[in-house]
Amino acid sequence: MSEYWNDIFGGAKSLVVGLNITVRELFKPVITEQYPHEVPVMKPRFRGHIELTRNEETGGANCVVCGMCQRACPSGCITVDGVKPEGAKKKVLTTYTLDFTKCSLCGSCVESCAFDAIQFSKDYNLASTNKDDYIFDLVKRLEEKR
Amino acid sequence: METSIWRPILFLVGIMAFAGVNAAWLGWCERKGAGHIQRRIGPKEVGPYGLWQPLADGIKLMTKQLLVPQGVDGILFRVAPVLMMIPAITSMVAIPFSEGLQARAIDLSVLLIFALASIGMMAILLGGWASNNKYSLISAARSVSQNIAYEIPMLITVITIVMVSGSMNMEEIAKDQMGGFWHWNIFRVENGTFLYMWISFLIFFICSVAETNRAPFDMAEAESELVAGHMTEYSSMGFGLFMMGEYLNIVVGACLTTVLFLGGWDCPLGLLPGVWWFLLKIYILIFSFIWIRWTYPRTQIYKLLNLSWKVLIPFSLVNLLVTAVFLKVF
Repeated sequence: MSEYWNDIFGGAKSLVVGLNITVRELFKPVITEQYPHEVPVMKPRFRGHIELTRNEETGGANCVVCGMCQRACPSGCITVDGVKPEGAKKKVLTTYTLDFTKCSLCGSCVESCAFDAIQFSKDYNLASTNKDDYIFDLVKRLEEKR
Repeated sequence: METSIWRPILFLVGIMAFAGVNAAWLGWCERKGAGHIQRRIGPKEVGPYGLWQPLADGIKLMTKQLLVPQGVDGILFRVAPVLMMIPAITSMVAIPFSEGLQARAIDLSVLLIFALASIGMMAILLGGWASNNKYSLISAARSVSQNIAYEIPMLITVITIVMVSGSMNMEEIAKDQMGGFWHWNIFRVENGTFLYMWISFLIFFICSVAETNRAPFDMAEAESELVAGHMTEYSSMGFGLFMMGEYLNIVVGACLTTVLFLGGWDCPLGLLPGVWWFLLKIYILIFSFIWIRWTYPRTQIYKLLNLSWKVLIPFSLVNLLVTAVFLKVF
């Protein structure tokens, strides 16, 4: 018999606890992000595809075309090329192509870079029906961003 | 006015409008309520705050083909959704929304409403049986056993109310509770003794959740087990009518609870009694229906029957007896 009453009172109590929880949730702010209407801000450690870091002084790339990233890439998706102008000490970057179709976002390129020249971008809206859209010209991208 | 031709016409239009608006926008309220309880937004794209969503849904349902599958019982299959709507709308004839705002002051209106309420169960039974689908059939059987189990305690609590009020006329029951919340049946004091009517109220409320086949008692629908129960084979407005009937049953249940326990159109503090208080009370009740639905998971069928036969029926019987003793002896 005592089990019967415990069932009723214990059950009733748990029901009230449940109602209390849902009504508190009801008045809390909504947490759904309304994606197409509002764009989320990516976290600092989000790994998008790589992009060139802009040098604050010169406005150009930090890259000295050492080719470390190209060698570090396990999938061979980076192509770097540069020229050495007359009288200059360092090479100047002319081509930096990323074949994103092969990239696995491992980050070896960023790790291997000794000049802080590449970083992860925060882009995630990358859907396309065309494969060629994923061959990124990062030099052009840096100029467009300026 | 009682004999004028305008009275039935105006009440017909009014009740139809009330029923239609409620059936449509309670769906919106439910989706909004569910959304915010789960910290989502709910419908928001169609119109401001998604308010035109019911219209969009209605148009979508009406443009779909009304499919009658092979092997169904043609007549019963078509009759069932209509049978779901008719009792719900007809019940509103007897509900006193305010003083004098009642389509027909029927003397036995409580009895009439409960008689109509059991026809709604017939609709589920017929719809489930006529569908020629095993899930629908299981749903129909469950719904009948559930409705029988919950109609008993519901009617016993109503007998308690009728005993206390001394009338089966809804308007008189409501008028009996005028003048502030301490006069309401839920806090009823008779001959200086406090009657435990709030227990009756709880029993009645639980039963009305079960009678309207709402979660956590939605054994008849049980999406995860029975697809959609008795509605599985229905498409287009056949399904639409079942949905609307479900919401109208909720409205009727809330109206009934308000009249029987919460003083009808009476203000809690005895000021400005009127139809607005009635509407406020029924919408608070309907909100709690929605709140309950999105709080509790579905029970099992035998636990559900246990609750009725082992808890609600004994409690309501004891309550009936105690109330009778208090009324007669003290």
